Amino acid sequence: MRKTLLALAAGLLLAGSVGAASAADKLKVGFIYLGPIGDLGWTYQHELARQALVKELGDKIETTYLENVPEGPDAERAIEQLARAGNKLIFTTSFGYMDPTLKVAKRFPNVHFEHATGYKRNANMSTYSARWYQGRYIQGLIAAKMSKSGVLGYIGSFPIPEVVSGINATILAAQTINPNIKVKIIWANTWFDPGKEADAAKALIDQGADIIMQHTDSPAAMQIASERGKLAFGQDSEMIKFGPKTQLTSILDTWGPYYIARVKAELDGTWKSEDSWGGLDSHMFAMAPYTNMPDDVKKMAEDAQAAITAGKLHPFKCPIVGQDDKPIECKGGDHLDDGQILGMNFYVKGIDDKLPGK
Amino acid sequence: MHLVLEKRAERSGTIALVSPLIAIGLTLLTMVILFAILGKNPLLALDAYFIAPLTDGYSLQEIAVKATPLVMIAIGLSLCYLANAWNIGAEGQFLIGAVAGSWIAVKTQGTDAGAWVLPAMLLLAAVAGALYALIPAICKVRFGASEILTSLMLVYIADLSLDYLVRGPWRDPHGFNFPTTAEFDPVATVPLLIEGGRLHLGSIIALLVVAAAAILLGRTIKGFEIRVVGAAPRAARFGGFNANQLVILTFAVSGALAGLAGIIEVAGPVGHLQPGISPGYGFTAIIVAFLGRLNPVGILIAGLFLALTFIGGEQAQIAMKIPLDVTKVFQGILLFYVLACDSLILYRFRLVFSNRQVTRGAG
Repeated sequence: MRKTLLALAAGLLLAGSVGAASAADKLKVGFIYLGPIGDLGWTYQHELARQALVKELGDKIETTYLENVPEGPDAERAIEQLARAGNKLIFTTSFGYMDPTLKVAKRFPNVHFEHATGYKRNANMSTYSARWYQGRYIQGLIAAKMSKSGVLGYIGSFPIPEVVSGINATILAAQTINPNIKVKIIWANTWFDPGKEADAAKALIDQGADIIMQHTDSPAAMQIASERGKLAFGQDSEMIKFGPKTQLTSILDTWGPYYIARVKAELDGTWKSEDSWGGLDSHMFAMAPYTNMPDDVKKMAEDAQAAITAGKLHPFKCPIVGQDDKPIECKGGDHLDDGQILGMNFYVKGIDDKLPGK
Repeated sequence: MHLVLEKRAERSGTIALVSPLIAIGLTLLTMVILFAILGKNPLLALDAYFIAPLTDGYSLQEIAVKATPLVMIAIGLSLCYLANAWNIGAEGQFLIGAVAGSWIAVKTQGTDAGAWVLPAMLLLAAVAGALYALIPAICKVRFGASEILTSLMLVYIADLSLDYLVRGPWRDPHGFNFPTTAEFDPVATVPLLIEGGRLHLGSIIALLVVAAAAILLGRTIKGFEIRVVGAAPRAARFGGFNANQLVILTFAVSGALAGLAGIIEVAGPVGHLQPGISPGYGFTAIIVAFLGRLNPVGILIAGLFLALTFIGGEQAQIAMKIPLDVTKVFQGILLFYVLACDSLILYRFRLVFSNRQVTRGAG
């Protein structure tokens, strides 16, 4: 009996390895996800992009993902597992995978890595991110028009430059409409925790905010705003079904075209390490339809979107004044340069709060 | 006719030995059924989970890396639990150890500090972990505060302190405000055992800890005291053993081991201090301690086995597209069966034919 079982097992194993051999001529592409694919936010958008990639190039590639990989000691192993399983192009889709990705990249010089939202690169490790602050600027304009109380509620995840530049872009835009606009900020210290996000939304509304903006990933805040009859902006994904009468617009992460382009480059043998930081013009992200607002506000938002896309409007146009009333050095000619935005570590004037850690 | 659970006159030694095996057997059987329902080949799936990771050097290294903190913490916890002291806060002691050790690494960064840095980090981490664990121990001994609650609550304080430090004073000045310290210097890093791999000196330290605990419990008076105080407090009092002193001692040792595990994890596989350095090691170690029946060698095996399920789960995700949730279900089922089978050590099933009366008699 035991021998029969062993033989059976050996047979199955052999069958498995034969199957693997026939798939070997397909390019293997791997993905590391931070959350569950059903988070309806950040990870979900990466998963949608992966599905778009399979739809486009499914006959030439084979994709694999590992979900719910924490940004701690386990990340390096998860990435290396994908490299060892024969994946030749690996997307690591969260900032916290930066150092683990770099370590694995150095050990696997023949594998190409794509790290989202980081700043460390290598000959075989690219980075990619989106200029979400452009979308935040449009949201700031809408928020200032739609707010009756003149108080915006902002749920931040972590006080990192990406989030801080989003807050600054929002308030700079809002000030062009209402110079006295106020913003209340709550740091959730998490990217994804529906309970905490909902609590933050409640607290902000209790403090007089009538527009809820978020830089966290779940639709919880949208649901709270909807229950309380306030307005809100979605994040990462289309959240209108959680607040049909609430969502003004949402910043949609649309990674699909980038993933397809990079995989095509890999297939053609033209992949090389680069730093992609795409804005509205590159379709790296998109704005959800402008809803629950009067036509003139919608028109204003669409005009701003067109101007930003065309490069005529820069959210960080100088002069920009810091909280200490001193102008920020203008390194990019008539606007802040990319380095200043990527490393943004200050609040602009008009934000009545202190940046954590400052 | 029905089945009753009946207390045995004495604990069954045979069952104590075979119960983990029965549990693993039942788990495998359940998993085979689950894989079949999911439409996956059960044999291939079990191979991906249990056999494949054991057949190549890389996976074996990873199992050791993953098991290292779990085993170190669980050994310390087992001493506490044997002495009837309930340290639930190993996670906090782990984090405080990591923070304390990192302090030296951060302060010596970029200087020409020599080879003393790493030993100093390990020592300070152990001391800090022990001191942190002494807070609930002293509160218990002096004021009768429940150590379960106080040690657990201290986890959050440790977690938030770490969070504050990496967002504020210790933040990497060139790190774009991201919450992490700079990468530690080579002298502040736990050396690797195999070039190009991830196996590090910490695994050796963990093995030494297992050996030391086995000697302590099996061959010394102190070990005997710990076991007597836990198993028979009255007898221990008659024997003149001081239970309070043992609470302090076991908490200190377990805190020191957790703290040591913390700095080894940070100065080893991670390489810098950041939030989220522990995916719940301090809590998973509680499971490891009990899975290993509070026995040092048992804990070593249990730690390796739990690590195997993590590594195997990832390989199954990659090779067979089996969702991560199945791995979690799998770990849950395993614990369920282990606990269920353990009840057979003290109880046994009996088929009762004429109902009520006998049931009362047995109850």
